[in-house]
Amino acid sequence: MSIPALGPDIPIRLFEVDVLAGNVTILDRVSISIGAGAPTVLIGANGSGKTTFLRAAMGLIPPSRGRITWGGREAVPPTRRAILFQRPVMLRRSVAGNIVYALTAAGFPRAQLEQRTDELLSLVGLAGLQARPARRLSGGEQQRLALARALARHPTVLFLDEPTANLDPAATKAIENIVQEVSAGGVKVVMATHDLGEARRLAGDIVFLHRGGVIESGPADVFFAAPATDDARRFLAGELLI
Amino acid sequence: MTENASALHLILTGDPMLFGIVRLSLAVSLSAVLFAALIGVPLGALIALTQFRGREPVVVVLNALMGLPPVVVGLSVFLLLSRSGPLGSLGLLFTPEAMVMAQTVLVTPIIAALARQTIEDLWIEYRDELDAMDVGPVLRVRTLIWDARFSLVTALLAGFGRAAAEVGAILIVGGNIEGFTRTMTTAIALETSKGELQLGLGLGIVLLFIIVLINAMAWGVRRAGEHFAA
Amino acid sequence: MPGTSRNTGRIVAAIMIGILSVAAAQGLAQEEKSIVVASTTSTQDSGLFDYLLPIVRQKTGIAVRVVAQGTGQALDTARRGDADVVLVHAKAAELKFLAEGESLKRYPVMYNDFVLIGPKTDPAGIKGDKDIAKALGKIRDKQASFVSRGDHSGTHLAELDLWKDAGIDIDKDRGRWYKSVGQGMGAALNIAGASNAYVLSDRGTWIHLKARGELDIMVEGDKRLFNQYGVMLVNPARHPNVRKELGQRFIDYLISPEGQRDIANYKIDGKQLFHPDADDAGA
Repeated sequence: MSIPALGPDIPIRLFEVDVLAGNVTILDRVSISIGAGAPTVLIGANGSGKTTFLRAAMGLIPPSRGRITWGGREAVPPTRRAILFQRPVMLRRSVAGNIVYALTAAGFPRAQLEQRTDELLSLVGLAGLQARPARRLSGGEQQRLALARALARHPTVLFLDEPTANLDPAATKAIENIVQEVSAGGVKVVMATHDLGEARRLAGDIVFLHRGGVIESGPADVFFAAPATDDARRFLAGELLI
Repeated sequence: MTENASALHLILTGDPMLFGIVRLSLAVSLSAVLFAALIGVPLGALIALTQFRGREPVVVVLNALMGLPPVVVGLSVFLLLSRSGPLGSLGLLFTPEAMVMAQTVLVTPIIAALARQTIEDLWIEYRDELDAMDVGPVLRVRTLIWDARFSLVTALLAGFGRAAAEVGAILIVGGNIEGFTRTMTTAIALETSKGELQLGLGLGIVLLFIIVLINAMAWGVRRAGEHFAA
Repeated sequence: MPGTSRNTGRIVAAIMIGILSVAAAQGLAQEEKSIVVASTTSTQDSGLFDYLLPIVRQKTGIAVRVVAQGTGQALDTARRGDADVVLVHAKAAELKFLAEGESLKRYPVMYNDFVLIGPKTDPAGIKGDKDIAKALGKIRDKQASFVSRGDHSGTHLAELDLWKDAGIDIDKDRGRWYKSVGQGMGAALNIAGASNAYVLSDRGTWIHLKARGELDIMVEGDKRLFNQYGVMLVNPARHPNVRKELGQRFIDYLISPEGQRDIANYKIDGKQLFHPDADDAGA
C-alpha cells in the first residue's frame, strides 16, 4: 500500500482567518502554515477552537474572513483530505459496508472494493469483523473503523479530532499505533488532543490554541522544553487558562 | 351469493364473491400505496434536505394533511372526475382507477410526512460524515433513503393500513358497483345497511386479519431495522 | 456487502411489477360492452339486480354497472352525464327530468308496493287498516315513533306524498316522534326495529330483511302504496359520452315481453316482488 509522500494539498496555509458563528468569534486572526512531515498536534483547552480549526483546514467551514489555501490553491475540493470526528457516526450498515461506502463515494473501482476493504480492516485491527453491524462495535472499535473509513480514499492529509478522548488506555494505544504507522507511510496527520502525554508521544509540530487564537507554534521538542509564551508555560504546568 | 352461509363458512370455502372483493381491495390499496410512495418519498426527501423560504409552514401543512378526511378527498376527486368536471373526458368515475386515485391522494401526505421526518432525522445524524466523505447530492439522497429503508417501509405500511381501512373516499368515487368497484370496506357498509350481517362479518374478519398482518409486518420490519441501527 | 443493494433493488422491482400486474388484471376485467345505470338503494336492496343483471348479461352481452343512490342523487348523477341510463321510482321527479330535456323518453317498467311496517305492540293501533292516510293520521295523533328515510329517495318522496294525502303538513307537524335518518331502506328498517318505530318500506326490502326484531306489516294493499318504476336513457345530445345503443338495448330488454317475464319471475320466499307494467301507458 503505497501512499504519495507529498500530496497536492500540502502545505495548508491559513491567512488571517476568522471564523464567526453569529456574533461569537471562534477563530481569531489565525495565520499559520502546516507543512509535510511528522504529525502536527493542536493542543489547548476546551473551547479554544481546535475543532473549528480542523474543520476549516479540512474545508468543511468557509472562513468568515481571510483565506485558506491548499498546496497554494484556493477552494480545493476535499478529495484527498479526510477527517475523523470526535464522535464518529457509523452508517447503519455492516463494518465492511461502511468502508465500501467510503470507497464508492471516492470513486474506487468496483473490482477492487473487497480487497481494499480487507486491507484497511487489517490495518486498523478489525479484520474478520466484516459482517458485524457497525453500530454494535465498542467505542474503540468504532473509532478504528472511522479511521479506516477516513483512510479509504488514500488521503494526503488526515485530520483527527481528539480521537482517543473517550477511550481506555488499551484502545488509545491501538489508535496511536495506527496513527504513527499512517504518518510513517507518508500521510500528513493533523490531530487535536487535550491529552498532553499523547501530544508529547505523537507530535512533530505543536500548535497551541487559546480562545481562538494561535498563541504559539513550532517543533514539539522545542515547545515542550522551552515554551516561548507565558500562557504556554502555565498551560504546560497544568494551570487552567481562562 | 349464499345468503344463509355463516361468515366462517364463506371464508373457509373460498366463496368467490368474497375473495373477488378481497382481491379488488388489495389491488386498489396496494396500487395507491405504490403511487403514493413514488411521489411521497422523493417529496419528503426533498423537503427534508433543502432549505427554502417557507419551509417550516410547508412541514406543518404536510403533517396536517395526514389527517385529510377521506370523504372530503372522495368528494373532491368525484368533482374532478365527473363528466361535468375538468377531467370528465377521461371517463374514470365509478371505476377502480378512480378509487386508486382517491386513495393515492389520501396516502401520499402520510408517506411524504413520515419520509420527511425519517430522512431529516437521519440527515442530521449523517451530515458531518457525508460532508467529510465529500459525497455528492445524488448519492447523498440515495444513501439516506437506503439507510432509512426500514423506517420508510414502516411508513408505507402505515399508508397501506390507512388505505385498506377507509371507506368514505372509495365509496363516493367508486360507486360501490357490485363485481366492479365493491371493496371490503364498501361491501361491509352496504351489507350492514341491508342487514346482511354474515357477509359483512366475513369481510370484516378478513379485513381485520389483513390489518393485523400489516402491523405484524411493520413490527418485523422494525426488528430487522434494529440489526443495523442498534 | 457490495451487491446487497443491487439484490434488494431487484426485489423491490419485482414487488412493484407484482402489484401492477394484480392491478392490471383487475383492470382487464373491465368490459367494453358496459353501461352505467343510476338506480336507487331500495331497488338494489331488494336483490333485483343480483338476480336480473346476470340474465341481462347472458341475453344481451351487456355488463350493467349499477350505481345505487337515493333517487335525487341518481337523477343528479344522470344530469352530470355520469350515467347512461337511470331507473328510479319517483314519477314526478322523472317527469321533471324529462321536461328539463335530460332524457327524451320515459318508459314505465314495473311497480312494486310499499308497506307500512311497525312494532308488533302497535302503539298507534293501525294493524290491518286498509286506508294508509287514516293510518298515518293515527300515528301523528298518537305521536308514535316514526322513521323516515329523509334522503330524497323515491321512498322518501312517496312517504311525503302520503302525509299530504292524509292532510298533514309534516314539516309543521313533525316532533320528536318523527325521525329523519338520511339513510337507505335496510338501515332505516334496522333503526325502526331498534327503536320500536313505524316505517314506510318497499315490500322487496322488507321481505329481504332477515333481522326483523319485533317488526311486522301493519298496513298494505292501499292503491296509494303502489310504487311505479320508470327507466330513461340519458339524452345523448346533452352528454355525447352516453352509450346510447347499449343503453337503449338494455331498456328494450326491460320492456320486452321476455324481460317483463324475467322481472315477474323474481321471487323471494316464493313471493313475487315486482309487477311488470310496461304496457300500461298511464303508468
